[in-house]
Amino acid sequence: MSPAKKDKSNREDYLRMYRQMVRIRAFEDNANQLYLSAKMPGLTHMYSGQEAVAVGICEALTSNDKITSTHRGHGHCVAKGAAFKQMFCELLGKEEGYCRGKGGSMHIADQANGNLGANAIVGGSMGIATGAALSAKRLGKSDVTVCFFGDGATAQGLLYEVMNMAALWNLPVIYACENNGYSEYTRTDEIAAGSITARAEAFGIESHTVDGQDVLAVNKLATDLVARARKGEGPFFIELMTYRYHGHHVGDINREYYRRKDEEADWKTNRDPITNFGKWLEDQKIVTADELVGINNEIKAEAEEAVAYAEKAPYPSINEVDMHVFASNAA
Amino acid sequence: MREITLSKAVNEAIAEEMRRDPTVFVIGEDVAEAGTPFKVLSGLVEEFGTDRVIDTPIAEPGFMGIAVGAAMTGSRPIVDLMFGDFLYLVMDQLCNQAAKTHYMSGGKLSVPLVLRTNLGATRRSAAQHSQSLHALVAHIPGLKVAMPSSAYEAKGLMKTAIRDNNPVVIFEDKLMYNDKAPVPEEEYLIPFGEAAILREGNDITMVATSSMVQVALAAAELLARDGISAEIIDPRTIVPLDEDTILRSVRKTSRAIVIDEGHQSYGITGEIASRISDKAFYHLDAPVQRMGAMDVPVPFSPVLEDITVPTAESVAERARQLLRGDLFHAA
Ligand SMILES: Cc1ncc(C[n+]2csc(CCOP(=O)(O)OP(=O)(O)O)c2C)c(N)n1
Ligand SMILES: [Mg+2]
Repeated sequence: MSPAKKDKSNREDYLRMYRQMVRIRAFEDNANQLYLSAKMPGLTHMYSGQEAVAVGICEALTSNDKITSTHRGHGHCVAKGAAFKQMFCELLGKEEGYCRGKGGSMHIADQANGNLGANAIVGGSMGIATGAALSAKRLGKSDVTVCFFGDGATAQGLLYEVMNMAALWNLPVIYACENNGYSEYTRTDEIAAGSITARAEAFGIESHTVDGQDVLAVNKLATDLVARARKGEGPFFIELMTYRYHGHHVGDINREYYRRKDEEADWKTNRDPITNFGKWLEDQKIVTADELVGINNEIKAEAEEAVAYAEKAPYPSINEVDMHVFASNAA
Repeated sequence: MREITLSKAVNEAIAEEMRRDPTVFVIGEDVAEAGTPFKVLSGLVEEFGTDRVIDTPIAEPGFMGIAVGAAMTGSRPIVDLMFGDFLYLVMDQLCNQAAKTHYMSGGKLSVPLVLRTNLGATRRSAAQHSQSLHALVAHIPGLKVAMPSSAYEAKGLMKTAIRDNNPVVIFEDKLMYNDKAPVPEEEYLIPFGEAAILREGNDITMVATSSMVQVALAAAELLARDGISAEIIDPRTIVPLDEDTILRSVRKTSRAIVIDEGHQSYGITGEIASRISDKAFYHLDAPVQRMGAMDVPVPFSPVLEDITVPTAESVAERARQLLRGDLFHAA
């Protein structure tokens, strides 16, 4: 079992976090293009703007640790270690995709890296994450599970059932609520009464609120909580204040009726997690502006190459349609 | 006659009934300003206000339960369930509570509510946003189930549903929201339990529901080129089911195919086929055929998804086989 990564404090760690955030952004920019050019089947929900959440948390995890993800799951998937090629293949329904094309955007996951799945049912993964934590505890493993979900998902009753049990049984699970201010086309304050963290606290779960645009703050908190969860001090709850740059999904273009353009512009110009971390890295003389441009360009090229690869990749054979309905019982 | 979209037809039906009866209200996610993700309810909140067009948090079991309680106490709620796939979340309130209250109270209480939701695959939405789950609720005594196949039916059935004193589940085909059909300006209702004969024919009866009505009509066109005349029957409500119209047709044609987008096993096609076999046995020249969706979760990849549902070609081919006698000894 690989030990928990320690708090990120050296150049290599910083650059990896920066790169992972840029990779998520590049992935999403390309996914959006695929949608706009009608090359991607269906719709997808962009993670752009929330990169510091997925990266700050997943950088505190080992590949044995588990996560559960959401309909807005590309960011979690990249941050947990997935490769672009298999991800784009999944988005296009190709055989080489992580789910052999059966899942698509809303079910994308690199299972080998501990991602138990994106989920198209809001709140649908809360039980799964808590169950993974129960399993780790019972089997004597030191794995921690992080359950990602949105502010809107806090309305699901399931959350309160499983938090109760997680608290009763001291399970190594961290509930990570990405509060991006909106639940589809509705502002969070119109659909969430009281305080979100107070709900977890009602079960005696230690709760924190953190700036979800600050990757270092997120990572520091996550590293601490993951270590403590591993020691049996869990569960924990984190509310991460963040923002989604795009519409609810790629087709949600005309959205001024529920979200002002100047609000969007403010977050993008003043609170961008990548720009701000890049500036910090420069200020600290960890990298030069040129080096950052170099990284950005390199990742952009990597993403474009993966898209081209996925576009040419074959679809699954139609014989696969009834494969995987049941798991094999062969030894 | 003017032509309007299915979406507009539903909207008109609800608006007319809300004007007629102040106890009618709409409750669900993003139903008010957003007018639902499919924009079906646009404009209602402007006319009726947020008192009667109520946005909820993402708490399906909660608002379903609230609707049941409201229905028991003098209101007529229309519950908006964004995707038919979310039925699983509301099953207890719908099936253990709403469906049984009238019976369990010895007829003293009733639950006049409408649950409007949708069905249908081939939107590239993967396994949790593509299901056709009407068989699940049709199985439960106490629930009525309507399945409009065009704007005309959608309006007339919705109005009847709202006036019904029982819980009614209406499934709209989400691929059909923008399809236009002639809809009279004057008020009309479509009674439950009255099938529509959409095309008369002598060689074979095709009983088709909802999304599969268009498929059956297109198949009938293909068959007509081969000189085969198909009769198409749309039951419009599967609970109650208009057996008489179906049986009368089969007694005339002596052959039948039942087509429905639910999974084929343990579903609507089996139920209707068995009623035909039971009650028109001596009139049949061949075994009744069932064509449902493949018994697999709906796959994302277009190449896989497209083969999971009946098509005009596959239905026409089955009809030809049936007429040739190929299926007489089918295993
Ligand atoms: C059980 C369920 N109800 C409703 C939906 C439709 N839906 C998809 S995403 C979403 C909003 C989720 O909001 P939030 O949890 O804040 O996540 P965000 O989209 O902001 O990332 C809704 C209502 C769904 N997928 N599942
Ligand atoms: Mg949100």
